[in-house]
Order: sequence, then structure tokens, then C-alpha cells
Amino acid sequence: MEPRIGVYICHCGSNIAGTVDCEDVARFAQGLEGVVIARDYKFMCSEPGQDLIKQDIRELGVNRVVVASCSPTMHEPTFRRACQEAGLNPYFFEMANIREHCSWVTEDRAKATQKAMALVSAAVRRVYYHQSLESREVDINPNTLVVGGGIAGIQAALKVADSGHRVYLVERSSSIGGHMAQLDKTFPTLDCSACILTPKMTLVGSHPYIELLTYSEIEEIAGYVGNFKVKIRKKARYVDWSKCTGCGRCQELCPTIVSNEFEVGLGKRKAIYKPFAQAVPNKVVIDAENCRHLKGLAEGKDVCRLCQRGIEKKGVPGCEVGAIDFTQQDEVVEVEVGAIIVTTGFHLFDPTPIHQYGYGRLDNVITSMEFERMVNSAGPTGGHVLLKDGTEPESVALIHCVGSRDEQYHKYCSRVCCMYSMKFAHLLKEHTSADVYEFYIDIRSFGKGYEEFYNRILEEGTVFFRGKPAEITDVAETPQEEGKLIVQFEDTLVGRQRRVPVDMVVLSCGLEPQPDSETVARLFNISRSADGFFLEKHPKLDPVATMTDGIFIAGCCQSPKDIPDTVAQASAAAAEALAMISRGKVEIEAATAVINEHLCTGCQVCMANCPYSAIAFDEEKGVCQVNEALCKGCGVCVGGCPGDAVSLNHYTNEQLLAQMEGALV
Amino acid sequence: MKDYAFYPGCSAESTGRGYGLSVQAVAGSLEIQLIELEDWNCCGSTPYGSLNELEAMVVAARNLALAEKTGLDLVTPCSSCYVTLKKANLHLQDHPRLMAMVNEALAVAGLEYHGKVSVRHIVEVLTDDITPGLITEKIKRRLEGLKVAPYYGCQLVRPQYGFDDAELPGSLDSLIECLGAEAVPYPVKARCCGGSLILSEEDLALGLINKLLKSAADNGAHCLATPCPLCQTNLDAYQGKVNSKFKTGYNLPVFFITQLIGLALGLDDKSLGLDTNIVSPRDVLTQLAGVKSGT
Repeated sequence: MEPRIGVYICHCGSNIAGTVDCEDVARFAQGLEGVVIARDYKFMCSEPGQDLIKQDIRELGVNRVVVASCSPTMHEPTFRRACQEAGLNPYFFEMANIREHCSWVTEDRAKATQKAMALVSAAVRRVYYHQSLESREVDINPNTLVVGGGIAGIQAALKVADSGHRVYLVERSSSIGGHMAQLDKTFPTLDCSACILTPKMTLVGSHPYIELLTYSEIEEIAGYVGNFKVKIRKKARYVDWSKCTGCGRCQELCPTIVSNEFEVGLGKRKAIYKPFAQAVPNKVVIDAENCRHLKGLAEGKDVCRLCQRGIEKKGVPGCEVGAIDFTQQDEVVEVEVGAIIVTTGFHLFDPTPIHQYGYGRLDNVITSMEFERMVNSAGPTGGHVLLKDGTEPESVALIHCVGSRDEQYHKYCSRVCCMYSMKFAHLLKEHTSADVYEFYIDIRSFGKGYEEFYNRILEEGTVFFRGKPAEITDVAETPQEEGKLIVQFEDTLVGRQRRVPVDMVVLSCGLEPQPDSETVARLFNISRSADGFFLEKHPKLDPVATMTDGIFIAGCCQSPKDIPDTVAQASAAAAEALAMISRGKVEIEAATAVINEHLCTGCQVCMANCPYSAIAFDEEKGVCQVNEALCKGCGVCVGGCPGDAVSLNHYTNEQLLAQMEGALV
Repeated sequence: MKDYAFYPGCSAESTGRGYGLSVQAVAGSLEIQLIELEDWNCCGSTPYGSLNELEAMVVAARNLALAEKTGLDLVTPCSSCYVTLKKANLHLQDHPRLMAMVNEALAVAGLEYHGKVSVRHIVEVLTDDITPGLITEKIKRRLEGLKVAPYYGCQLVRPQYGFDDAELPGSLDSLIECLGAEAVPYPVKARCCGGSLILSEEDLALGLINKLLKSAADNGAHCLATPCPLCQTNLDAYQGKVNSKFKTGYNLPVFFITQLIGLALGLDDKSLGLDTNIVSPRDVLTQLAGVKSGT
């Protein structure tokens, strides 16, 4: 079939026509080899624009189409569809980008027109060699994996499961709930965090379509969109959860007391424990690092086991259902899912490196999470805000932007600290009679009802100082400062240095990526932005998808955000997963690599190079083969093959060389 | 014996004579050879840079060019010289165009700088370069019972150049502990001594010096130790004025850190220039001697 090429130059209003002489480019194109028709039109992407193409295919027998307009990311699918609707294989279409690559970046009209001609010439030469390709469809497994059991994971899991599809929810610690379970009240409505969270946790625990895998971690992900194979390591809990009733007797018997992570070090727990009262599932685990019996076993000794056998002398029985099992081992289970939602959350910034704030050195300088636990009535102080000496503070300073908006730590704004600091101010007024001072750079109260909350806090009599403290010190300069913590700062509204003596300082720490986010990103083959958070596909128009099809992100693992935004994003991720599931099939791009089995020597260089693990070695034939469903068409294997055995559909050497020659004409 | 190009700076030969003497005395005992840079000139100092940055850079760069010819690290005991030389060095290394301009000026004196010198402070050398344990090994008289407030001043640790923390430095503390003395908790250890404001804004500077002395006294220090000649002058020479202005009675000798090391190494008072200290260290020395003879 002799190529009959149609070329269409788009004006894009004045976007292209403003700097490129489109009519001249069309005249130029008309003279190129194989071109039967060249036109220019105001908006090629419009209905009438597309009709021009369809009409020429039908009436003039055009069998290759070049549109010179914007970026392929923008409209390649539009024009491919137009070709297809007129009965032409969509891969006979080629796009020349004369907007982003030309008119928008070139000021001189003559030069811009010349460049547009070169780009059109390149596209025309290339399309000459295009081949008809078929994209394929694969079935989608209707199960979904949700990784991380904080509020984002809980929300996403419930939304997917409520539609009647199976969800595997994997959580690293022994209970779901995440950071939200640690919070006291939530801004700006001041609902109790646990009161709104625990019903959702219970729903997850009892949902017929959710399989909850807590105290577990993802070990390996294989497969591709619609067909992932996931290995999950269920860590040994040394307790048979099918028997454990969560009664807590074992916790009373255990003699080993360690610091409780859930209480951020303010409270204690036992070596056999449930992180908090409302834990879901309501089961205990044994912390092998601290358990006397497990440590003893390593040395060949049989010690303690009080949780199991009780105290015989006093007639106190141990676990009555016989759930303690010291022989338990880690177990790896494998599940198959079609979509994955990653909701691994954040890590609270550790302020220790900011020496001038004295965290860890000065008593009564505490982090926001420590305050959160202290003010929580279920927390270690029973909801009383107390100094180290057990008395109530008469004055408290709240320092904003600790670790955030700071060139030395994190440049970004953590988005929640202004609001939670103001919540703290309110709670302090409620729980104590202390004077409260907020030290801020800017108040960011952007959400629904947030500015009103700020005004409310102002009216309650909290004093706001605009200035980031330089130092928190216990070195007094006046008698009034003796025995106090002094906040030294520049009051930028007054324009001078000031010192404010207080009893307690709360550092409103920012949110940062989880310490293992790099490993997790590699595990799921997703990218991270410069700040370390997981990268969405498009910051505005595709905020929950990732560059890996079938893997979605939601919540603070994507960027710091508050609970309403997290819940909205988690629901969006669930909707994306459900849309995929209800479509049932996924189309696989036809521009994939193919290996010529006659040329392949089986050296497997391509396997090592492939970033998508899309190439496998066929032992029987002794050659490598491409899994088209996994192949993204990146072409790394083509460049790396020492035997020239790999070629990439739609990017063949012939096509690329012709394109280059065309550009150089 | 490790060799270094030595840049004493002007203070070590004038207001900080005790520093110049003790640095050389201590270096010999600790297997450090400080070879004075031949024909060195003013470092450029802070005031020059404020008036004409490029000229100040050329003045500093001349020293760097001389040091580069020796192929050795350039070591200075003065915190002010350290910051000035180090800053000039970093700027020149980072900005080739500036380097070209500066080299044009240096060419008149037949010199050229290529950015190869490493500028070090003597405290950094004592902390990082010498064999760990060497000081402890060479000690003849442990300064048992002596409570020292380690005073870093600002220029040794900021702007941040790397070898110690700007907000909570620790290098002097460990040197003091090495000697058998006790480094008392000293929360103002890196706060401002007033610097050259003592000449133009005396009241303000005396207030700052008072804060430093008060915190040392409150924390039970018998004396202070510093690696900066300007800090030493302010705390030592103006202690009397602080006492009369604030009705205080401080009697805190202000040692150069190398003087303290020298004492522990058993070097004699004269070679450490202890006679140049204004607040007399006699009481402290007697107390140490007492410990030694067991009284």
C-alpha cells in the first residue's frame, strides 16, 4: 500500500499562528514526498478539525496522518481516535509538536516557521514507515491491596470493600488506626479523634470483604497492572490470634515494662501488649526484642512464660484459652490483586537536631505528638497537661514551623501545624489556666471553617507573636526569668528582639516522609518528589495515580495534608481502583519491544537493563522474551542489546532515522 | 610529626601573645610542626570586607596563594582569621570568575591561587588530626578538680563550616575532659562576646560579656577556656569593668585552650605566656599545685 500522507497544521488560536506562519508551513508540507494533502486549520482538536482528517481518509484515500499542533501528551489520543473512527489503524498517525517545542519558545517569526517546517518534515518522513499495530487487552483481577492502615488506608479499604470487591489491608503494626488514633481532638470542629475513627476501625475489622493483615509487611511485588502478585510477610506474633480474645490478662502478668511507642515514650507497655485499648484487631502480640522468654530461648534457657502459665503459687492462671505460642514463625502469604493503593503515611519530624530549641536537653520542651498524648484523656497523664515536676504550667509557648519552611530541614510547609497548634491553644485554655503564646511565621488557615477557628482562638485570648524563635534557653537574664524557659525571638511586627519566659514549650513539628519511603518506593516501583514524598502522575489532573499503572497513592505518603484532604484523596484512590475493576480489562500500549529469536544469543543483558522486569529468559529456547503486558516501551533493551536483536514497535530504527533526516532537511 | 603551614594572625603577636606562645609550645609536644607562612599579611578581617569585598578577598587570597605553594594545610589559631580565610577560600573555589579577578591582582605580586588549600583552625587539628589518646598519653599533670567553662565564641563554629555544631558545639568540651578537668555545662558557650563592639558600643558589649561571665560563675566554673583572641581579650581585659558596672565580683581567669593543654602537659608558665593574662590565674594554678602535692 503506497503511503498517501495527509498533513494538518493547527493554529491553536494564536498560540501557534501568533509566531508560526501556518499557511506557509502547509504549502511547504504539500511539496513533501508522499503528501497528498496539506491543510491548516484554526483548531485541529475541535469536531470540525477532526472531521477534516476523517473526510480526507475517506475521500482522498489518505492512509498516513500527521498533525502539527501541541504535545502528544495533550492530544495524541484524540487524533488516534479520529483516525480509528475513519477506519485507519491509529498507529498510522504521527504528531509534530510545534507549540511547546516551537511557537511558545521561539520569538522570531521566520525562525519559528522554519523550525515548524523541520518538525513537520521529520514527522512526514517518519510516518512513511509506520506500521499497523494492535493494542491488546488483559483481564483485571478484581481484588485490591491497600498498604498502610491509617485513616487513608481505612477509608480506601472501606470504599472498595463496600462495593463488594475483596480488599487485603496490610498494616505494619499490630493495630490499624495510624497517627489519627493518637490524636486527641481534630481541628476545626474539635470532634474527638478516637470517637470518629474507632467506628471505622471496627467496620474494617468486621467487614466481610476486607482481609486484615496487621503486624505484616509487603515483601515483594511482581506482575503488572490488573495482575499483581504480592508476597506479604506476617511477622510472628507468638500469639495464636484465632484463640486470643484480647482479654488483657497476659498484659497484667508480663513482668517486662518498656516504653510505649503509641504514647511516644510518655507511657509504658508490657512485652506482650496491645498498643491501645481500642486496637483493631483486639489481639495481643509479643515483642520478641524485649520478651524474657524469647530472649532466654536464644541462650537455651526456659525462663518466665508468666503470660502462658500464670503464677502457680498464688493460683493465678495464665492465658486461659492457650493462645500463647512461642514456636510461631514468620509466615509469607501470597495474594493476587489488580490494583494497589499505597497509604503509608508520614513520620513526625524529630526536633533533636535543632539544638537551639533544646529538645531532649531542656525539661518541658516537648513535641506536638507528646502534647497530643498528654492532653488526651486516655493518655498517660489522663488528660492533664503537666510539667516534668508534676505541676500545671502557668504559661505555654507553641512554636510553629519546627522542621518545616526551613532551608536546613524541610523547605515545604507541612500544612497542618498552624491548625493543630491553634487547636492546642484552645485545649490549653480548656484544660489549664495557662497563658498561651503562639510563635508563627504566617498563619495558614486555608480550609473550610479554619479561618473562623483562627478568629475564635484570637478571641479566646491566645497571644500571637510573629517571629520564628532563635533560641529556647534556661539561662535567665532577669529575676522574672529565673526557673523559666525563655523564648528568644525577633518580633517582626514590632521589629525588635524580645524574650518571653514560659513554663512549657511545645514544638509544632512538621511532617516528613517515612524513614523507609525510598525502599517502599522501590518496592512498588513508584517515584518520589524532591521532598521524598511519593510522586503523583500529575500534580493537578492525576493526583492519586502514579507512573506505574494500577498503583495509586493517598494520604500523607503523597504530601503532608490534614484529615479531610486525606479522606478525600483516599476515596479518590478507591474510585480509581474501582473504575479499573468495573472496566474489567486494561488496554496495553502496542509500542512494546520485540526480540528477534533468530538473533538473540540469550546473553540476558536486556533482562538486567529492563527497569520494569518485563523480560524473561526462556530456558527451553535459550532466548529472552518480552512480556508485552509489562513492557512500557522505554527502549532501554534496544540500546543495550549487543546483538541488535531487540527492536521497539513504533520506534524502529527505520522510523527514527527517517525522522532525523527529515528534521535536518 | 605532621607539618602544617602556620598563619598566626596579628593577635597572636599582640593582644593574644599568650596564645601565640602556647600554641607553638603545645604543638611541639603533640607531634605537630607549625611552619610559619613566610611573608604572610593581614587576613583581610571583617571590617575590610564590609568596605570593599573584592579588595579584602585579594588580601586573604595572597595568604592562600602563599600557602598553596607549601602544599600543606593552612592552620590558624585565630577564629577571626579562620572565618575570613575560609570564607574567601570557599568563595574563590565556587566562583571561577571571582578567582580570575583575584588572580589578576595577585599576578602583580607574581602569585596565583588555584583553590587547593584547606583552611583549618588549630582546635580542629587538635580534635581531628592528632592520634586519639595522644594528649592523654602525654599528660604530665591531670587537671583534676578544675572546672572549666568552654567558651567557643561565634566565629569558630558559624557560619557553619563543618567541624563542629554551630548551636551546640562539643570539641572544646572533649579537649578539656581529655586533660582531666571538668567542662561545666555552659549553655551560652557559642553566644556573642560583643566582638569589636567593645570599642564602639561599650555598654552593649559589657552587657554581653556579663552574661557570659555570669553563666560561667553560676555553673560553678573556676575559669574559662577559649580558642579566640578577641573573645579572650573581651572576657579577660574587661572583666574589671564588668565588675564595676554590674557590681559583680568575678575573678575568672580566661585561658586560651592551648594554655590549659600546656599546663596539663607540664610546660612552664613562661613558655605558655601565662604572665600575659590580665585576670591572674595564680589562684587556679595554686589550687592545681595543691592537688598535685595532695594538700
